Amino acid sequence: MTAPPAERVFRTEGLTKVYDTGEVKVYALDGVDLELFAGELTVLLGPSGSGMPTLRIILGGLDHATDGRVWFRVLELTNLRDRGLTRYRRDHVGFVFQFYNLVPSLSARENVQLVTDVAPDPMRPEEALERVGLTHRMDHFPAQLSGGEQQRVAIARAVAKRPEILLSDEHTGALDSKTGIQVLDVLKQVNEDLGTSTVVITHAAEIRKMAHRVIWFQDGRIAQVDVNETRLAPAEIAW
Amino acid sequence: MNALDRKLLRDFRRLWSQFLAISLVLAAGVAVLLMSFGMSGALENTRATYYERNRFADIFVDVNRAPNTMLEIIRDIDGIAAIAPRVTTYATLDIPAKIDATVAHVVSFPENGPVLNQPTLRLGNWPDATATDAVVLNAPFGEANDLWPGDTFTATLNGTKRTLTVTGWALSPEFIYAIGPGSLIPNDADFGIFWMPEQALAAALDRTGAFNNLAVKLRPGFAVDPVIEELDLLLEPYGGLGAIDRTEQVSNAFIDAEITQLETLAYTLPPIFLGITIFLVNMVMGRIVALERAEIGLLKALGYSDGAILMHYLLLAGLVGVVGVGLGYAAGSWLSFELAQLYAQFLKFPYLIYSVSWNIYVIAGLLGLIAAGTGAARAAWVAARLAPATAMSPPAPPRFTTSWVDRALHAARISQPTMMILRSVIRWPVRAGLSVLGMALAVGILVSSNFFPDALDVIIDTAFYQSNRQHAVLFFNDEVDERAVAEASRLPGVLQAEGQQVMTAVLQYAHRHKRTTIEARRPGMNLSRVVSTAGEVVDAPPGGIMLSERLAAQLNAAVGDVIEVRFLGVHQGTYMLPVTQLVTQYFGLGAYMDQATANRLFQQDPRVSVVNVTLDAAHATAFQQSLKDLPRLAGRAMLAENRAGFEDTISRNILITTTIYAVLGTLITVGVAYNGARIQLSERARELASLRILGFTRGEVGFVLVGEIMLLALLAQPLGWWIGWGVARMLTESYTSDLYAMPLVVSAATFSSASLIVLSAALVSVLIVRRRLDRIDLVSVMKTRE
Repeated sequence: MTAPPAERVFRTEGLTKVYDTGEVKVYALDGVDLELFAGELTVLLGPSGSGMPTLRIILGGLDHATDGRVWFRVLELTNLRDRGLTRYRRDHVGFVFQFYNLVPSLSARENVQLVTDVAPDPMRPEEALERVGLTHRMDHFPAQLSGGEQQRVAIARAVAKRPEILLSDEHTGALDSKTGIQVLDVLKQVNEDLGTSTVVITHAAEIRKMAHRVIWFQDGRIAQVDVNETRLAPAEIAW
Repeated sequence: MNALDRKLLRDFRRLWSQFLAISLVLAAGVAVLLMSFGMSGALENTRATYYERNRFADIFVDVNRAPNTMLEIIRDIDGIAAIAPRVTTYATLDIPAKIDATVAHVVSFPENGPVLNQPTLRLGNWPDATATDAVVLNAPFGEANDLWPGDTFTATLNGTKRTLTVTGWALSPEFIYAIGPGSLIPNDADFGIFWMPEQALAAALDRTGAFNNLAVKLRPGFAVDPVIEELDLLLEPYGGLGAIDRTEQVSNAFIDAEITQLETLAYTLPPIFLGITIFLVNMVMGRIVALERAEIGLLKALGYSDGAILMHYLLLAGLVGVVGVGLGYAAGSWLSFELAQLYAQFLKFPYLIYSVSWNIYVIAGLLGLIAAGTGAARAAWVAARLAPATAMSPPAPPRFTTSWVDRALHAARISQPTMMILRSVIRWPVRAGLSVLGMALAVGILVSSNFFPDALDVIIDTAFYQSNRQHAVLFFNDEVDERAVAEASRLPGVLQAEGQQVMTAVLQYAHRHKRTTIEARRPGMNLSRVVSTAGEVVDAPPGGIMLSERLAAQLNAAVGDVIEVRFLGVHQGTYMLPVTQLVTQYFGLGAYMDQATANRLFQQDPRVSVVNVTLDAAHATAFQQSLKDLPRLAGRAMLAENRAGFEDTISRNILITTTIYAVLGTLITVGVAYNGARIQLSERARELASLRILGFTRGEVGFVLVGEIMLLALLAQPLGWWIGWGVARMLTESYTSDLYAMPLVVSAATFSSASLIVLSAALVSVLIVRRRLDRIDLVSVMKTRE
């Protein structure tokens, strides 16, 4: 059993996000109070429309909340302007997307270089790709890579800046289970080797078994929080 | 190189065909700018240098015969720096092995060389001052007639035939554009200039101790008009024909007109091309940003600033600008050079200072880059301002609503593919409107450039077939009595002869005045007629003066107004004459009076300045031979030759310009249609692939793509015709001068050929894009996210 680390990385108070389409208001987040800790691998679970992607967007500094407050360590993100949020993302946050979001006109190495060109203290692109086992594919373009390889490139790109936070949204959603396990393995290694606080959003409930904590979402609110006394390795998980 | 720059270059390479189409449009604008400014600058610089080096005069005046004692008085006029008195005349030449009589303008060459309008010797030597039979020819005439130093020919000077020996060839700033009497364009073979020692020429013309032509140079800063006024006053008793400044000197006036036309071209065409470049870049970049929303979101998520993203897309457009400007530099430099060669045919400069100033290149390049940047600005700004979260989620599908248009289309039982076309046009009216405008501009350029042949056909028909029905015009140095008409009628081959008197006068009404020629006409004159633009033959009413409408407008006079007519030259005297009629004409600033009225005014027997004749073609050679023996003949104009030469020159030039404009119009059309089709394809690949999966054939699906572009191309035609007609109208007004008025004649063939070119170019462009539609991988399109 592994106790969650104590140093707090994220804190939210009454976090609310409303999407107003004019005809109807959608409460994607409805008063969420949340804490995430350094070095922790946290899985967010919930049905579609429960608000997890919205939480990722706000924690990632991609959008502002409608109400409530959010901190990254001592930095309050709530009212940071665009420039401040850009800086925050550049220096602290790594993203992994469901559909990889690789730039098709850049090779694997160059996709990682996109991040290392702007990050303050990055690792070399080659080192990042080596971590995900793609040294032999670093000069291939996305169209020449399998889905799993593309996702591993995306992870390499996310970790190349040595982020404190890694936000992953359904990163196995487009993969078969075998490849998905490989990717989860990489994620786990990154979390343990670099001490990166990792937030994984997923609809696949089994994946929760590899997390330190599991936060269940329902209708824009936290329904419950579970702490895993025992964590499984990705290879032991099936979905 | 950082990764973002690599992405930039690869994206540019991937979209090379679209960007090339835009670059070519931009290149056309840059090329025209360079060519027209480059050439007008070359003409200005060359002319200025030539005039300065060869002391080209500021004022020119012809006089019947003024004594040299007047020169001291003239030199004392305030503002005059130098004067060059001369003796000039026209002569008929008999050149060995040449059947046609040739005309030359003869200019005296003083002992120490001319002080003003100094000719430059190109070959041979200047004749000795005491020589009586030695001449220097202007170089183009010598070359065209194969007359080299040492060769001889015969000239009839003041009624006497003389054998003259060529001692050299020269060029003069006074005759850069040398046009003979009665001609419309230069003809080096049939009209020449030659310089003869002053002593000999003065003696031949009974002008010893006198002059009949004066060139004047002013001191810097002195105005021309007061000097002209004093000169006219002093020379009037000696038959002065009114002093003119450089603007009215034939050769200089022609170069002025050429420079003005080039500058007009520089100010009208490039803005159109730059404007279309902005539109195309805006269209393509907007689409690229829309397609790359997810990538933009990614870059923002990775920490790239708005500024970095803005610069990324501006630089992408910048690459288009660089390619376009580069191609434009190459094409413009080449076109300038070719145009310079063309000008060299007509303008006799001893050298051409052709160097396009570097600042023209800089300005053209900057304008090109600014155009590309301006086109991309909106899309780049949108990309930069896209919220990261918004960028990473797919855009909302376009909103379609049902309106009365849809109900009408439904009632008309329009097929679904046709409905897709029409809804797309209606849903994005601004984009469709701009595409229509782009292609309409292409049509407009073609119409406004191709109307020239139509207008020239009308001018030629009026000038050569309706107004001037004579085959030849015989000119005399001085007015002669009517026996000359009878003599002309007896020449071999002459079927009919008609005399005509032409006088020089200054017309004044209120504070406006104009120097012009007045034709005295007999009612019912058959060979040379006054024909209005409406095709009516008009006779000058007796008792007054008939004016062309343009001349009347310059004087601000109307029918019934009494104007002052001050005759110059042989006929002295000032008379107040009523304007009896106005006539609208294409050529010249005509003024006419009844012959009987002229006879009464001058209290003279009928006189003639020219004789118009019609000829029997079978005796043309005999006629030409007989002219060489006419003592009083100053020259002749063979109208059939003039017409043929004019038509030949104009048709060659028209072929060049219409080809250039056809290429430009095609470039614009391809730029708009090709990019429009590519954007359509990228936006609708998924829905078009869906149609294929549902069972629509390639042709039926292709119809959606091709149909929309061709619908817009068709809608562009009436707008393009209207634009073309409007631009043609502006051009006719800008080309109107004292020499001619350009009629606004746009034939149905001009409209239809313009439409044919644009519709064909649009069809070819969209069919090229349609081939991509055939190669879409249906399965992969279905698998990717919207």
